[in-house]
Amino acid sequence: MNQFKRSLAIAEKNIRIYYYKGPVIIFGVLIPLFLFLSFYIGRNIPIKALIPGLLGMTTFFTSTSVGPAIVPWEARAKTLERLISSPVSIWTIFLGDVISSFLFGILVSTIPVFVGLLLGVKVLNPFTLIFGVVLAAFCFASFSVLLSSYPPSNVPASSMMLSSLVKFPLIFVSGVFIPIKNLPLIGKIVSSVSPLTYFTELARYSLQGSCFFPVEIDFLALMFFNVLFFVAAVKIHERTLPQRL
Amino acid sequence: MKKEKAVEVSSLTKCFGELVAVDHVKFEVEKGEFFGFLGPNGAGKTTTIRILTGVIKPDEGNVQVLGYDVLENSIEAKQLMGVVPEMANAYLDLSAWNNLMLVGALYGVPKELRKERASKLLKEFKLYERRNCLVKGFSKGMKQKLLLCMALINEPEILFLDEPTSGLDVESRRLIIEVIQKLNKEGKTVFLTTHNIEEANQLCDRVAIINRGRIAAVDRPEKLRLKSSGLQSIEVSFDRKVDVEEVLEIEGVNKARKMGDKIKIYIDDPDAAINELVDFARSKKLKIVSLNTLAPSLEDVFLKLIKEN
Repeated sequence: MNQFKRSLAIAEKNIRIYYYKGPVIIFGVLIPLFLFLSFYIGRNIPIKALIPGLLGMTTFFTSTSVGPAIVPWEARAKTLERLISSPVSIWTIFLGDVISSFLFGILVSTIPVFVGLLLGVKVLNPFTLIFGVVLAAFCFASFSVLLSSYPPSNVPASSMMLSSLVKFPLIFVSGVFIPIKNLPLIGKIVSSVSPLTYFTELARYSLQGSCFFPVEIDFLALMFFNVLFFVAAVKIHERTLPQRL
Repeated sequence: MKKEKAVEVSSLTKCFGELVAVDHVKFEVEKGEFFGFLGPNGAGKTTTIRILTGVIKPDEGNVQVLGYDVLENSIEAKQLMGVVPEMANAYLDLSAWNNLMLVGALYGVPKELRKERASKLLKEFKLYERRNCLVKGFSKGMKQKLLLCMALINEPEILFLDEPTSGLDVESRRLIIEVIQKLNKEGKTVFLTTHNIEEANQLCDRVAIINRGRIAAVDRPEKLRLKSSGLQSIEVSFDRKVDVEEVLEIEGVNKARKMGDKIKIYIDDPDAAINELVDFARSKKLKIVSLNTLAPSLEDVFLKLIKEN
C-alpha cells in the first residue's frame, strides 16, 4: 500500500509535468481527430457506425501519448536518478507512469462518448463500456511504457518516432475504421494479435449491440494483454535502466 | 566500546566495459561521522556514491548502510538516506514546493508533516519566497540549496553529498556548509565526496583518498599529514636572489620550489635541514630574512598519494 501511494505521487508528478507538453496534445488529441475526419468526410457512412472506432482510437492514442517519452525525458534530465535513489521499487516507478497515462486515457475517452450521445448514439451496455474503457486504458498505458523500454534511448523524439511506427499500423488492423467481420481472413488473423481490436469490439458491442468476438473473449484478451504489457515493461526497463543512468 | 557503523563497504568493484571504475574498495564510516571521499576527476567517487545510494549495482562486493544491505534491502536502506547527487536533478518544470512535496511523498512522509518540513527547510535555505516558482528559473546556487532541502525532507540519518558546493557562489556555499555542519553536530552521518581538499580538511573527521578506483589512504586529515614523510617543508627567504639549483645541492633537500621571493624546500628532517641552511647562508654570505617550518598540507599528501597510486 505504501508503495502504491508512492506510485500515485509519481503519477501526479507526471500529470503536472508532461500533460501540457506539445507531443501529448498532438499525439493524444489532434491525431485521432484528424484520422477520424479524414476517414469520415466524403463517405456515406452513418456517424453512429464510426463512434466505436473513434472511441477506440482516442483511448489508444491518449493512453499511449506520453508513456514512451517519460523515461527518456527523465533519464536525460537526470531526474530518473532522483527516483531510483528514493525508497521506491522499479515496479512503483513504472506503475506511476502507467497510472498517469491511464487517467489521461480515461479522461479524454469520455469526449467521443459525449460526442456520440449528442449525435443520438445510445449506450446499450454501459457497464461493458465502462469496464472496457478502464481495462483498455490501463492496457494501452502499459503498452506505451513498454514501447520506451527498448532500445534504451534517452532521446524522447526517437522514442516517440519508434512508438509511432508501432502505433499507426495497429490502428488499421484493429477494426477501428472497418469492423472485424468485414475484414478478409488474413485481416481477422492479424487483428486478433492487437489489443486495440478487443477494445474496439467492446465499444462496438456497447454502442451497437453486436460484435465479432464473444464479449468474454474480448475481456479475457484485454486482461491478458494488461498483464503481459505491464510485466514486460517493468522487466525490460529493469534490465535496460543501467544503460540510461 | 565498539562504535556502530553507518557504512560498511568491502571488495566493492564496478566496471564499465574495459574500465575498472571502482576496484575492490573497502572502508567503513562510523555513525555520526563526517566522512570525506576525496579524489581527482574520474577517480571513482561518483560511481562509489551511486552504488552506496542504490542507483547502480556493483559487479562485486558488499555495501551495508545503517545495517541494511543496499542490494538486498535497498528500500529500507534508502528510506534512511538523504542524497544530493552531483548533477542537479530537481524537476525543472515543477515549483520548488512541488518538488519537495513529491520527494516527501516518495519517502512516505505524511502530507501535513511534509508541508511543515518543506516550509521550515525553504525558510532555512532562504527559498521560501520563491517556493511557487518553477525550478527552471533558479540559479545554480538556488537549485543546489533546493536539492539539499529535498535530501532533508525525510529527516535522514545519513546524508550522501556528491560535490554539493562545486561551482557555487560564496554565500550559497557558506550556507550549505553551515547547515551540513549543524546536521552533523545533531548526530547525522555525512558522507561527502569532493575534490576540494581544503573543504575536506576543514569539515571531515576522516577522509578516504581514492584514485583510479582504488583507495590510496583512509585516515584523519591531521594524521595523514603527519604520516607523510618527505612532505615536511621549510619556507626560507634570503636578502638576495638565490638559484633553486644551488639550494638543491644542500644535503637533505629532496625538492625545492621558488615561490615569489621565497624558496620552499621539502625535507625529511627539519632540524638537520635548518642547520644545513644556516651553513649555506654563511658560506654564501647571505642573510636569512625569514624561515618557517611547515607541516605538509592535505593537498601535499593528496598529490603524493595520487602520484604513488
